[in-house]
Amino acid sequence: MAINITGHDIVKAAALLGAGIAMGLGAIGPGVGEGFAAGKACESIGRKPEEAGLITRTMLVGQAVSESTGIYSLVVALLLIFVV
Amino acid sequence: MLDIQTLVGLSKDLSAGLCIGLGAIGAALGEGYTAGFANKAISQRPEKGGDIAKSMLVGQAMAESAAIFALVIAVLLLFMDVSSAHPLKAFALIGAGLSMGFGAFGSAVGGGYPAAEACLGISRQPTVTGELITNMLIGSAVCQTPAIFAMVISLILMFIGFENEPLNPTWAALIAAGLSTGLSSIGSGIGGGMPAGESCAGIARNPESAGQITTAMLVGQAVAQTPCIFGLLVSFILIFKEPSATNSIVPAIALLSAGICMGLGGIGPGIGNGYAAQGAVKWIARRVEASGTLTRIMLVGQAVSQSTAIYAMVVSLVLIFVL
Repeated sequence: MAINITGHDIVKAAALLGAGIAMGLGAIGPGVGEGFAAGKACESIGRKPEEAGLITRTMLVGQAVSESTGIYSLVVALLLIFVV
Repeated sequence: MLDIQTLVGLSKDLSAGLCIGLGAIGAALGEGYTAGFANKAISQRPEKGGDIAKSMLVGQAMAESAAIFALVIAVLLLFMDVSSAHPLKAFALIGAGLSMGFGAFGSAVGGGYPAAEACLGISRQPTVTGELITNMLIGSAVCQTPAIFAMVISLILMFIGFENEPLNPTWAALIAAGLSTGLSSIGSGIGGGMPAGESCAGIARNPESAGQITTAMLVGQAVAQTPCIFGLLVSFILIFKEPSATNSIVPAIALLSAGICMGLGGIGPGIGNGYAAQGAVKWIARRVEASGTLTRIMLVGQAVSQSTAIYAMVVSLVLIFVL
């Protein structure tokens, strides 16, 4: 079976491949970073269990900030899939 | 001009090489790590040298199992009969090699952590050698799960026939299926090893709480396996969804991209979940009365860390089903 490749197909295919790579690589950093924050929060709660509320709140704020690059990747991936 | 059989034969040999070449990296790293800490442990307590060496060898054998899976797949690939194979088999075999090759990495590295900490634990607290070895075996057995998933995908890709499927988009789906499970197994394997190592250290420090420590380790490890289960799910969808024939390159690249996305996207959350579980297990061993709070915060932290793996899965599913 012959595969027809037009210029438009190349652009579309590259955009889709780019979307997968963007979201895939972009997920690595936030995943590791948020887990690291959670690990350190558990260690701090172990040291001072009476501050568990404050530590959990701070952990969640820190993770939310660390999440931002993951969300950027998601947005870029969806733009590449649906807009380009 | 290459005929189909030569092409499938080439891909089978290339895939066997990739499988054992990539699959051996992790085992060497994990076992070397164990041996280094076993030496340290023996220097701290030379009279327990025999027990420590024994525990090192048992732990290394567990870490080795992922590389043995890769060897088995590589040998099966080398001696496979492809004399009447369909052209799609060439791509399925490359996918099989990539899946098992990448999939062995994380489990073998992860299996090295509990083995190393068990050796250090024996030098610290020789009276609990039995408990330490049991806990190490449980922990490193769970670490092998991602490698087993990768082996399942490899075997499916090697032994299922693809005669009725259209050549064009399916070739990409088969390579992508291998990449999805293989790459996402890296994170889950390493992430499963981190709490297992810390729990061996914790049992040596506080042997009376061994039950709570092992339970927390298993909960943490189970959550750390989630990204590679997402990877396995995407692989199954890619293998068993029958795409419609097309002569455009776009659907094929979308399927390939879905596999790369889920595979790479699973690495980070797996390692992150391991960090979270490691912190919780470390402090459950030191302060067992806080284990309820620690387990809860560990699960909340792991759930947040999981979010990027879920984004990657959503993007993969959009690439597979929407386009």
